[in-house]
Amino acid sequence: MNKCIERLHNGILKENPTLVLMLGMCPTLAVTTSAINGLGMGLTTTVVLALSNMIIAALRKVIPDKIRIPAFIVIIASFVTIMQLLLQAYIPTLYKALGIYIPLIVVNCIILGRAEAYAYKNPVLPSLFDGLGMGLGFTIALTIIGLLREFIGGCSVFGYELNLFTPVSIFKMAPGAFFVLALLTAIQNQAKIVGAKKGKDVSKIQSGCGSDCLNCTVGDCADRVAAVSAPAADEVNVVKEENA
Amino acid sequence: MSDMMRVSSNPHIRSKVTTDKIMLCVVLALLPATIFGVWNFGLHALWQVLLTIAACVAAEAVYELIMKKKLTVLDFSAVVTGLLLGLNMPPAAPLWVGPFGGVFAIVVVKMLFGGLGANFMNPALGARCFLVISFPAIMTNFNCDAYSGATPLAQIKAGETVNIFNMVMGRTGGTIGETSMVAIVAGACFLILLGIIDLKIPASYIVTFVIFYGLFSGHGFDPYYISAQLAGGGLMLGAFFMATDYVTRPVTKIGQIVFGIILGLLTGIFRVFGASGEGVSYAIIIGNLLVPLITRFTAPKAFGEGGERI
Repeated sequence: MNKCIERLHNGILKENPTLVLMLGMCPTLAVTTSAINGLGMGLTTTVVLALSNMIIAALRKVIPDKIRIPAFIVIIASFVTIMQLLLQAYIPTLYKALGIYIPLIVVNCIILGRAEAYAYKNPVLPSLFDGLGMGLGFTIALTIIGLLREFIGGCSVFGYELNLFTPVSIFKMAPGAFFVLALLTAIQNQAKIVGAKKGKDVSKIQSGCGSDCLNCTVGDCADRVAAVSAPAADEVNVVKEENA
Repeated sequence: MSDMMRVSSNPHIRSKVTTDKIMLCVVLALLPATIFGVWNFGLHALWQVLLTIAACVAAEAVYELIMKKKLTVLDFSAVVTGLLLGLNMPPAAPLWVGPFGGVFAIVVVKMLFGGLGANFMNPALGARCFLVISFPAIMTNFNCDAYSGATPLAQIKAGETVNIFNMVMGRTGGTIGETSMVAIVAGACFLILLGIIDLKIPASYIVTFVIFYGLFSGHGFDPYYISAQLAGGGLMLGAFFMATDYVTRPVTKIGQIVFGIILGLLTGIFRVFGASGEGVSYAIIIGNLLVPLITRFTAPKAFGEGGERI
């Protein structure tokens, strides 16, 4: 159980997918025009991420190495379709607001990244919590970005008009997304610098895996790494490109 | 021991022209347009310009203090940015808008990219576009005590007639500093005589724009429309004072001419085909983005470089 809580902490703070790993930038920048959109997008992704992580972890011994990416995509796409139909049926306003970005969750690099980096090498329960942690980290980041953009750009909070000042409407448009994301990333980097000065080990932060196999406690991936590095060099490159 | 006897490494001869002197000259050259704008639009315009300058200088000083960087406020570059932004404000805008844009110009466009010399975009124009996108209602409202109704360029776009003489003198609506062609050109002549700017960028800019306008506007080379386009809007202010910004223009001579031609084409496209009658500020910041490429492709070849191998 300890490991599950560690996974949640890892996803929400230490390796926050949006602010630290810089994954999934497309929905982050595109749908966060309001807090409610950010929250909706984040929660939808969380559900898909947790469930697909769980199923991939359960099937990790069955899925052959060479076709694992297509297999991941099929599993992820199934859950995205389920979520899309559910949203369309029960929360049509959110479905309309998110639009094309719901089907695009399939190609969200966070989901594929976690499947590849964690779920494929670890048991079911930690993988579920890894997905939950990463998803909640994504949700929190998106909600904060959406909240700031909505507040500065529209002078409202979760849809409630405040009428405090003249809205700076550039924050509702694409440049505003970059401004807010850059600001949050700067704060995060500053926190990391302060942490490093206090003597905390920050070397592993900001890396999905760290490639630090000697000190790695996750394990389980040694045989797969060996299997991948054994074939000819060009085949390895193909695998790397797929991963990218 | 006197300074004459001291031995130091080169360079031994230094130019007397320093950044702060150049910037001071630019401020002086902008004074006719500023004074005319204040006389034209009233004291509110003066307050806008002064507050914008103050905000720019204060933002630079505060940023450098917080970041523990060398204080560079005394080089007048922040004053120039504030003055240019102030001259780009509509005369009746609320007093907080200019300073707000000034802080954006200095902190986001200039200091975050490394301060004077490292900014990729003219700070005053970046902030102007930021303000136009953020507060479209305020920034395109040119009604004030002195003038009401559309600017001359919008009138031409709508097919109405304008008074060219008033436009050249500056007795029309518009932003604070852009209306008077006479005052701007007088200031520009001062800079050209001092050798601070030269005609490469402004001339290629204006000539390209005139040719483009003559070919595509549907009015042909009619002197009435051409002079109205030259005297109206921010073309003169942009061509002489913003496109020639040392930091955001190409360094090579051919590059500067290419830069002017690109600006002329973009301005022509925006003014002829765009929804609004004006397009100088967007043309110049898009041109600014292309500057590194222009500089790279027009870099002179060293002697012996290139050519066929024997």
